[in-house]
Amino acid sequence: MKTGARLLVEGLQREGVETIFGYPGGAVLPIYDELYDAPLRHVLVRHEQAAAHAADGYARASGKTGVCLATSGPGACNLVTGIATAYMDSVPLVAVTGQVPTTMLGNDAFQESDITGITFPITKHNYLVKEAAEIGQVVRDAFFIAGTGRQGPVLIDLPKDVMTTQVEHVPEVREARLRGYQPTYEGHPRQVERAVALIREAERPLLYIGGGVVASGAAVEVLALAELTAVPVASTLMGLGAVPCDHPLSLGMIGMHGTEAANFAVTECDLLIAVGVRFDDRVTGRVEAFAPNAAVIHIDIDPAEIGKNKPVDVPIVGDAKLVLRAITAKLARQERGDGWLSRVRRWQEEGAGAAGTADGLSPAAVIRQMNALLDENAIVVSEVGQNQMWTAQHYCFRRPRTWITSGGLGTMGYGFPASMGAQFACPDETVALVAGDGSFQMNIQELGTVVEYDLPVKVVILNNLYLGMVRQWQELFYDRRYSYTELRPVDFVGIAKAYGVEGMRVENPDEVGPALEAAFDAEGAFVLDVRIEREANVFPMVPAGAAINEMIGRRGG
Amino acid sequence: MRPHTLHVLVENRAGVLSRVAGLFSRRGFNIESLAVGTCEEPGMSRMTIVVLGDDARIEQVKKQLNKLIDVIKVSDITEQSTVDRELALIKVAAEPGEGRAEVMQVAGIFRAQIIDVGPKSVILLVAGDSEKIDALERLLRQYGIKEFVRTGKIALMRGMKGGR
Ligand SMILES: Cc1ncc(C[n+]2csc(CCOP(=O)(O)OP(=O)(O)O)c2C)c(N)n1
Repeated sequence: MKTGARLLVEGLQREGVETIFGYPGGAVLPIYDELYDAPLRHVLVRHEQAAAHAADGYARASGKTGVCLATSGPGACNLVTGIATAYMDSVPLVAVTGQVPTTMLGNDAFQESDITGITFPITKHNYLVKEAAEIGQVVRDAFFIAGTGRQGPVLIDLPKDVMTTQVEHVPEVREARLRGYQPTYEGHPRQVERAVALIREAERPLLYIGGGVVASGAAVEVLALAELTAVPVASTLMGLGAVPCDHPLSLGMIGMHGTEAANFAVTECDLLIAVGVRFDDRVTGRVEAFAPNAAVIHIDIDPAEIGKNKPVDVPIVGDAKLVLRAITAKLARQERGDGWLSRVRRWQEEGAGAAGTADGLSPAAVIRQMNALLDENAIVVSEVGQNQMWTAQHYCFRRPRTWITSGGLGTMGYGFPASMGAQFACPDETVALVAGDGSFQMNIQELGTVVEYDLPVKVVILNNLYLGMVRQWQELFYDRRYSYTELRPVDFVGIAKAYGVEGMRVENPDEVGPALEAAFDAEGAFVLDVRIEREANVFPMVPAGAAINEMIGRRGG
Repeated sequence: MRPHTLHVLVENRAGVLSRVAGLFSRRGFNIESLAVGTCEEPGMSRMTIVVLGDDARIEQVKKQLNKLIDVIKVSDITEQSTVDRELALIKVAAEPGEGRAEVMQVAGIFRAQIIDVGPKSVILLVAGDSEKIDALERLLRQYGIKEFVRTGKIALMRGMKGGR
């Protein structure tokens, strides 16, 4: 005889789960009782949203499925932003929530919320489990769904009585086999053939890579194709790190705050090889002006992404790694007439001028010094806003899974808990968070968690005393009317100290290097409050709705 | 923009209908008609969904439907040779006498059945394609329609390729 709660914990172990992030409450007490002596590490966060973000950061850093746990009602609802964040970035996550007993379901009982209903649109799938005997299989299926195909979050809602029910005959858990879910991994041979022909003939080809490349572990394959056929590579925010930023064929980030080289190249290319990307509006700008003269090959594991925003000439549904291998296998080493590559190189050189203005402490300089101090395995996490874009622009990511950021949803408050998750996943690597003063205050309470678990996370606050990115838009598009975007100064070092975390404030440019060194050398967590130039902007920038090559503020202007 | 008829084979599970319906509303599609019931496969249901849209949008909706774990198969049967029917129940004001006789006559022309007779009204049952039901409704309006319900369209492909 086993209780439902026991079956859950055993199910998690069967899936190889080692760490879960959670917060207790009445409806999950049976699970917490099981966890009391289970061989699983439960991390007590300070807010459920942080549990979801931490599980997400854990997943992005490790490639494994992250797990979070919350009680019914308010606990479950507090997971929602984290689940939505994972959904938008296709991160494998299993969220377990408690629910009121089945006899009270639908009665607006104390701490009841219809969490499966609430999360329909932000989960890959979800379950309300009514029979304890089903739990083992549901856990298996949930992990299978979360971690395969286009990855994503799955929620399991467990009514309290289901957790306490004694199951007499525990059914054997079989391999997940779902009639309605059979992802395609191998690319269709005919489409692969067509892609090969286009690549051979193209004069100005461009690879446009995104998070799907990281998810499928296809970084090596992308580089192999790029080098073999001399194709430059532009990366989305989510794809950074897949190709080393300092590789000669790397054009850096494409899109609203992308590089000149990437944005001009996509405008002029005659073949766009899109891999694991979704033609997001932050990348394409006005979509008709995105790769206007190019034939488009689109490789994605999710058929629904292909042709969604932009017509595609060669659709290839499949796993990026396998498809790229199939394509590369059919190609011989190819030289490109130097016209295209030298043009691209000229854009790269022209765009490489130093960003930032002369006076004050420049955010770009902070990021570049971080880059100089950290090795290629260090994991850099960001919050959302200018801090995120500066990091994406000025840090040189060289390996997949070393860059963790909320791309699709752009969730402020994501970064700090995600950096905790990343640190749990990679205890031996340096994990550094770049934050804004606004974003950091959205989950600042997790300083408590960081201290409790001795997580040596380094927090670098680029403090402009503004909700900087919004202020930037107000400056550029709302006549400098800074409506509710100024933040009052906060003694971040004092707050960190109050939680038991070391900290330091930095106000002069020449203090940045030593302060970063002190932070990275410190044994434990560290909070650096860096007072950057208040009105620094992120440039270049493509205004929303403009064409991708219509950038303003080029070269730090 | 034209009506497309989709067959959606789904697992017969709680919540499937709201997943499917929610997907349509979330992406701004208007469902013209939706009918669900069990089908020839044990444990599955078949939905017949009529939705308006241009081909590209419909393509996207089909792909999104296919992503739902509980959806087993989506087929667009718009271009296929199909038989389709809707069922309607219509309660018409019909006092005994001439009015009722006229209503019964109209019913006869449309092969509608009178399935209930009350002191001041009768209930008609009619099956047919949407146009036929629309036409009957229009005709009966002059007598006074008290209540009107229709099922939404169900459809099957003709001949050998029918079923899955
Ligand atoms: C939860 C949430 N609320 C609001 C926003 C809108 N938003 C985007 S960037 C930004 C400002 C961020 O300010 P800060 O964290 O100080 O970073 P900075 O831009 O100054 O680097 C805001 C409010 C958001 N992305 N997420």
